Amino acid sequence: MSACLEIRSLSAVLPNGQRVLRSVSLAVQPSEVRALVGESGAGKTMIGKAVLGVLPKSVRIVEGEMLIEGEDLGRLDPKARRTLIGARTALIPQDPLTALNPSRRIGPQMTDRLVRILGWSGERADSRIRQLLDEVQIRDPERVLKSYPHELSGGMRQRVLIAAAFAAEPRLIVADEPTTALDVTVQKQILRLIAQLQRDHGTAILFVTHDLGVVAKISQKVSVLYAGKVVEEAETAQLFATPQHPYTRALIAATPRYTDPYASLKPVDETVLAGLAAEIAAADKDWRPSHG
Amino acid sequence: MDEARILRRGLSPRLWLAGGWLLVALLAAIFAPLIAPQDPLAQDLMLEHLPPFWLDGAEPGYWLGTDSLGRDLLSRLIFGGRIAFIVAFAAASAACLVGSALGLIAGYFGGWADRIISRVVDIWMAFPPVLFAILLVAVLGTGLSSVIIAIAVIDWTRFCRVIRAEAMSQARMDYVESARIAGYGRIGIMLREVLPNVVPSVVALLSLEMGIAVIVEAILSFVNLSISTDDPTWGGIIAEGRLSIHQAWWVLVFPLATLILTVLSFSQFGEGLKARFDPVLR
Repeated sequence: MSACLEIRSLSAVLPNGQRVLRSVSLAVQPSEVRALVGESGAGKTMIGKAVLGVLPKSVRIVEGEMLIEGEDLGRLDPKARRTLIGARTALIPQDPLTALNPSRRIGPQMTDRLVRILGWSGERADSRIRQLLDEVQIRDPERVLKSYPHELSGGMRQRVLIAAAFAAEPRLIVADEPTTALDVTVQKQILRLIAQLQRDHGTAILFVTHDLGVVAKISQKVSVLYAGKVVEEAETAQLFATPQHPYTRALIAATPRYTDPYASLKPVDETVLAGLAAEIAAADKDWRPSHG
Repeated sequence: MDEARILRRGLSPRLWLAGGWLLVALLAAIFAPLIAPQDPLAQDLMLEHLPPFWLDGAEPGYWLGTDSLGRDLLSRLIFGGRIAFIVAFAAASAACLVGSALGLIAGYFGGWADRIISRVVDIWMAFPPVLFAILLVAVLGTGLSSVIIAIAVIDWTRFCRVIRAEAMSQARMDYVESARIAGYGRIGIMLREVLPNVVPSVVALLSLEMGIAVIVEAILSFVNLSISTDDPTWGGIIAEGRLSIHQAWWVLVFPLATLILTVLSFSQFGEGLKARFDPVLR
C-alpha cells in the first residue's frame, strides 16, 4: 500500500538562488499524524504549501517529487493536479481570523465547496456540515451557520475551519500551526478536537508546528527541520526518549518547563547551531539540482 | 435578522443629512416641470435682477430672485439639477464599471495584467483632467452624451487604482488560498471571494465619483462646453452669475451653494454607506 503522502528529495530556491528546502524527504502513512517541527523560517510551512500547490510565486521547486497516494503531482497537468489536491487534501490554517471570507456567511461558505467542487446535492452538503459542526462540539449550529465570521470568537472560527477541513473526507490534512493564533486555554481544546476527529475519520495529518509540547501530544512520527533540511526523523516517543541529533537535543532542552516556571528561557546552544551551519554549507557545496 | 440589526443601530446623521438632501434634489429634478414655479427659459426684462424673497423689492413667485434676463433662478436651478443628476449617474456608473473591472483584474491576477493596466493608469493620470475633459468635448462635440463619455474616460482611473489595491490585499488572504486548495478556478475565486469584499469600497467611490461628475459637468458648462442647447445647467448659471456679481449676488451664490451641498452630500453618503455595508466595520 502506498503512502498517503510521499516527498522525495524536495528542494526549492528563491530567485536569488538561496535554498529554502534542502532535499527534504518524508512519508506520511494513511491515518498517521506526522509532525513537522522547527524554528520559524525552517521551511515547515513551505513544505505544507508545496504539497497543496500554493507556494508563493517567488519560490521555485528545483528537484524532487511529491506523491499523494502514489500519484506523482509533477506528472499531472495543472488542472488534474488541482482536482487531485482539491479532492484528497485539505488545510487547517494558522490564523482563523483571515481564513474565512469576511463578507460571506459561514453556512454557504462551508457548503459551497462540497456543492460546487465535489458536485454534492445541497441537502447532502447541508446535513454533512451539520454533522461536522456537531463533531467539533458546536452546540448552536443554526446561529453559527447564519453568522458572519467576525461575529464568532477565534476558537469558534477555528472549530468551523476544522469542520470544513474534514467535511469532504480528505485523505490528508495539512495543519499549519492550527493552535498558534489562539490563546492557551483554547489551544488545548482545539488540539483535542483535531486528535479526536483524526482518529474517528482515519485521516492522515501533516502537522506543522514549532511547539514540541504539541508534537508530543498529537503525533506518532516527527521530522525535525532546520534551515529547510530534515535533521532528524523518528517515532515521537523515541525522539523525546533518545534524541539522536545534537540540534534535536538542544531544541528539547530549550523547551520551557512548567515544573520550573521562573527559570529563564534558554536559547538553542550556539555551538550546536555553528555545527549545523557547517553541515549545511558542506551539503550545499556538493549540491546540484538533479533535474530542472 | 440583518435588517433588524440595521434598524436597531439607526441611521447615522451623516447618512440622514446627505441622503435627505440628495433625495430632495433628485425628486425636484425628476418632477421639475411640476415643481418649478416658473418657466426656466422665460425672459422678462421688466423682472431683471429681482432679489430673493426676504429682501425688499422681491416679487412673489420668484423665490430666489431672477437673473439679468429676468429668468426665475429657482426654476433654473431645479431644471439644472436634471442635467447634473443624469451626468452624475451615467458618467459615474460608466467610470465605475470600467475602472473596477480593470482594477480587480490587475489586483487579483498581478503579473503582466497588472503591469499593463498600471502603466496605462499612470499615463492617463499624467494628463491634467480638466484640460483632458475640454479636449475630449471639443473633439466629440458638445452635448450630453459627450460630457458623460468625457467624464467616464477621464475618471475610470480613480476606481482602477483603489480597487486594484483592495483586490491585491484580498488576494493575499488565507481564504483565497483555501479556495485555491479546494480547487476553485482563478476567475471563480476573483468573482466569489474577492469581489464581495471590495464592494463597500466600490459603493463609496461610486458616490464620491457622482459628486466629482457634477463638478466636472459644472466646469464644462462654466466654460460653455457642456450642453449646446439653452437648457440651464448649474455651471452655466454660475458663469452668468459671475458677470452680475455686483448687481445680483444671488445669481452666483445660490447655484454655487447647491453645487457644493450636492457634491458634499454625495461624498458623505458614500462614506456612510461604506461604513454601513462593510461587514467588518459593522
